[in-house]
Amino acid sequence: MTTTVEPVKLAPDGQRSGQLLDRVLKMRELAILVVLVVMLAATQISNSAFLSHQGIEDLLLNATILVLVAVGEAVVVITRNVDLSVGSVLGISAFAAGTYLHGGGNPLVAVLIAVGIGVVFGALNGLLVSIGQVPALVVTLGTLYIIRGIDSIWVGSREITANDLPGGFITFGHDGLGPIPYLAILAALVLAGVGYYMSNYRSGRELYALGSSPEAARLAGVQVRRRILAAYVACGALAGLAGALYLARFGNVDSGTGSGYELTVVSAVVVGGVAFTGGSGSVYGVALGAMLLTSINSVLPSIGVSSVWVLAIDGILLLLAIAVDRVVALRVANVLRKRAAEARSAHHG
Amino acid sequence: MADLKHLDVRNYVRWDTVVGALLIALLVGSFSFVDNFGNALNLSFLIGNTLPIALIALPMTMLVVSGEIDLSVGSTAGLSGAVMGALWNGGMAIETIIPLCLLLGLVCGLVNGLLVTKLGLPSLAVTIGTLAAYRGIAQIVLGANSVTDFPEQYLDFGAGRIGDTFIPKAAVLWVILLVIAGVVLHATPVGRSLFATGASEEAARFAGIRVKRLKLVTFAVTGLMASLTGIFWALHYASARYDNATGLELSVVAAVLLGGIDFDGGKGTIGGAVAGVFLLGALQNVMSLVNVSAQSQIVVTGVLLVISVLGPRVARQIATARARRRTAATAAPATTAPA
Repeated sequence: MTTTVEPVKLAPDGQRSGQLLDRVLKMRELAILVVLVVMLAATQISNSAFLSHQGIEDLLLNATILVLVAVGEAVVVITRNVDLSVGSVLGISAFAAGTYLHGGGNPLVAVLIAVGIGVVFGALNGLLVSIGQVPALVVTLGTLYIIRGIDSIWVGSREITANDLPGGFITFGHDGLGPIPYLAILAALVLAGVGYYMSNYRSGRELYALGSSPEAARLAGVQVRRRILAAYVACGALAGLAGALYLARFGNVDSGTGSGYELTVVSAVVVGGVAFTGGSGSVYGVALGAMLLTSINSVLPSIGVSSVWVLAIDGILLLLAIAVDRVVALRVANVLRKRAAEARSAHHG
Repeated sequence: MADLKHLDVRNYVRWDTVVGALLIALLVGSFSFVDNFGNALNLSFLIGNTLPIALIALPMTMLVVSGEIDLSVGSTAGLSGAVMGALWNGGMAIETIIPLCLLLGLVCGLVNGLLVTKLGLPSLAVTIGTLAAYRGIAQIVLGANSVTDFPEQYLDFGAGRIGDTFIPKAAVLWVILLVIAGVVLHATPVGRSLFATGASEEAARFAGIRVKRLKLVTFAVTGLMASLTGIFWALHYASARYDNATGLELSVVAAVLLGGIDFDGGKGTIGGAVAGVFLLGALQNVMSLVNVSAQSQIVVTGVLLVISVLGPRVARQIATARARRRTAATAAPATTAPA
């Protein structure tokens, strides 16, 4: 599919424009953070029970799973691809971990199984997209169906409940250091790791280069296929990990687990400032976007708004986010063009 | 090198023909070997259940050909059904309600189109947003209620057959729309403009095509057709609920892609899309008849989808490799000859 978004043209005076772009991109994350904080503060004022010990714990727990999956998705979207199969991968890996733990296995092994399943399906997506060179949207729509189907055949009408799982695993899913759940700490560590990798490692930067211009990246010697494959494997692994954490958090998995989750994940990625056109945004922004989306779901009921409004508000928020992004991008492009013109006339004059 | 050997029969076999042939093979095979497939009641079920996808596939084909996509169609259909139910509960006449719902669909499509054309946003992101927003509004309008007591003659239009034949009454409406869509896409300047826009928007603009207006209209028509589908859905299943037609967008996109409409825009035929829609529909019907579980049917849908994109590309790669080898073989003597 062709998109009509024109690339922001960089002015010849690379450093100054680079700084401006940098600042705008940082402002993007700051803006989400401000919205999030203001929203939480306003809710706290109108309902003082909102940010209780339990309240904070719930907010963080709700965000954890979406943050993990959305960070993985962001890595793929940054390369100008997409993975729609994450919901199915989450579902099947959660059930696999649950089945293993059913007889009272080692929780760590269960998590590894879940991640392993995610890696396998991520590699399948990655191979189809990179070697087969078929559009990511179509392939992952196909694997969304395939993985969900396999999951449904395997699971049937069975379900895993908290009673089937070792007590320690469930406790791990609910306890934490003070109000901060262990799961949230784990997600934060993963986030920090991926964020550091994306901004400081050569291969991480190559993912951005690939998303900005696949052709230019290839000519510059980036191993396109290998990088895309790696991005999908990372995305699958994180969806698998999220599956294991889903099991620990809810203790309840059936054949419908995670179905339809891909749209929430993609929303979080876009609200977090990663554009579908690739090459922009950061995983920190995406994590904030995920927190914003899950927090709204807790905020609305606690200020007395009926839960039927949640979906509509989610959608409108997503539209607002991409519209604001676009307007800001146009403004920046204008400023840069003007500066370039000034620099040129100064140079000649 | 215009080599006569290149006029191979394979160059003329297009993907939409392959899908059409598969559909015919499936139908012939099912008529011969699957019990109960050929009776009028089953065939009318097959067509009736496939009609929602077939209805939306018509404008979706045009949209994808022009290089855009609309994922909010299922939600627009659900919203129209929900509004129809709410207004009917409010005591309004159905003759007033249906035009209002169609108008609502048109507005939903216009909103998508304006966001894409005026702000220059990617349609994928926009319509994922409106997918949630429209469904959310449907939920606000109707809540958890379901409305079932629509007038008998309308319910009969949604679910009834023409006499004793296998043809659902609503299918006649679809055939008319199909002819219109086919003519518009393949025999009018508007259709050529859609292909040109999908192939290269920039070039289309320089050629004097009003790209933005064209896209806006296509989005609006898609919204209109989605709301028509929503009305049909509520009448066919005799139930208007806010979650009607959930996930329909993925089925439509899957069917259209299976029919060989290229996701990069600029390629595809209405015939291919229709073949894709009914191949999936018939396959599901046959699999249900031979007791393949619903879960396995999902896997088959997914595999078909992957093959439908992988198949043509692999075939093309093999063809290019062959052509290269052949050119190399003919070029080799030419370079050695002067020496």
